[in-house]
Amino acid sequence: MHEWALAEAVITAAQQIAEKEKLREIREVDIKIGELQQVERDIFRFALSQLKPASFKNAKFRISTAKTTLKCRVCEHIWLFSKSKLDEDTAEAIHFVPEVAHAYIKCPKCGSPDFEISEGRGVWLENIKGVR
Amino acid sequence: MSTMDPRTTVINERLKRINRIIAVSSGKGGVGKSLVATTLALELAQRGCKVGLFDLDFTSPSTHLIMGVKDAQPKEDKGIVPPVVKGLAYMSLIQFSGDHAAPLRGTDISNALIELLAVTQWGELDFLVLDMPPGISDAVLDLVRLVKRIEFLIVTTPSRLAFETVKKQVRLLQELKVPIIGVVENMKMNRAKNIEQETEKLGVKFLAGIPYDLKVEEAIGDVAKLGDTAIAQRVRKVAANNIAQ
Ligand SMILES: Nc1ncnc2c1ncn2[C@@H]1O[C@H](COP(=O)(O)OP(=O)(O)O)[C@@H](O)[C@H]1O
Ligand SMILES: [Mg+2]
Ligand SMILES: [Zn+2]
Repeated sequence: MHEWALAEAVITAAQQIAEKEKLREIREVDIKIGELQQVERDIFRFALSQLKPASFKNAKFRISTAKTTLKCRVCEHIWLFSKSKLDEDTAEAIHFVPEVAHAYIKCPKCGSPDFEISEGRGVWLENIKGVR
Repeated sequence: MSTMDPRTTVINERLKRINRIIAVSSGKGGVGKSLVATTLALELAQRGCKVGLFDLDFTSPSTHLIMGVKDAQPKEDKGIVPPVVKGLAYMSLIQFSGDHAAPLRGTDISNALIELLAVTQWGELDFLVLDMPPGISDAVLDLVRLVKRIEFLIVTTPSRLAFETVKKQVRLLQELKVPIIGVVENMKMNRAKNIEQETEKLGVKFLAGIPYDLKVEEAIGDVAKLGDTAIAQRVRKVAANNIAQ
């Protein structure tokens, strides 16, 4: 599952930050997942629990979902991404590489494929708390 | 702490079992990057090396057309595992965007590139060949920033218009201390030596002159025919003498 690769990235990044901030033990990790990428939370959470190193033993992973906002560059219309309008293959392609949304999604107002993914694209780390 | 993108941290982990990463690049479009990249990957594989080919010209991918790839879907297994196409581990955005045009801006290109570098499980390879978009684009700068150990092979034509852009690219790469394997001069119509001499003045190796070959167009989509073109013949020598050694 490709969620594992993303979870590994999150753990590696969190470790790097912990090192930089000289945290001995990590207590909280806040992760945001944009709706566009449709990451399977259960798999992602399981992967995190399997991949975490010793210093993350007591870490609480808080995973929240962020809505995906798209903004048309032609008419400036702003709308929310919704998976329900996509067929399975398209949804899967966007799951792998969110940017291919540009090949399938058009502005609902003017039909342009030239839009911006303003918010809620992929997976990102919001915050880390720990003790020195 | 500001919010951060975790993907860049695993890129070198994903690439660590690849011996050499070669970007085939040029200041210009239409000079033969995709043909040189594809034949280089195929020739290295012919020599018994394990080779990957990654089409990074996201807005105008061509390597699938050159090799006549019909349907080759990556598998999902703790990341994305590239399918094997003509003996190469092969990745192209085409596998996700199909025949649809994907109008990507600079930031989208960077994001797609970082995403694929972070999740693709190439496994063990002797060579990963990258077919680059033209110019000193975001893709070139991102790769140099994110992929340690990247090397460049640069394609020009005899035209001053192509070579002037190549000169700029060479200087930039030299400033960034990125190794340049050398320059190939494609679509030669005569035996002029000026590009060869100018290349050497830049302190860069001139690898080969490739003649303009009418057989190329007919060979597109047919890997066996491609092997008989002047491009493959010259690239084969470069692979043997300057790359695989
Ligand atoms: N040595 C050559 N002889 C004849 N045609 C060539 C040769 N090299 C490239 N071409 C043609 O030039 C065009 C551009 O090649 P391509 O590899 O797509 O360039 P790039 O990737 O730099 O844009 C293609 O139509 C290709 O068939
Ligand atoms: Mg090309
Ligand atoms: Zn619009």
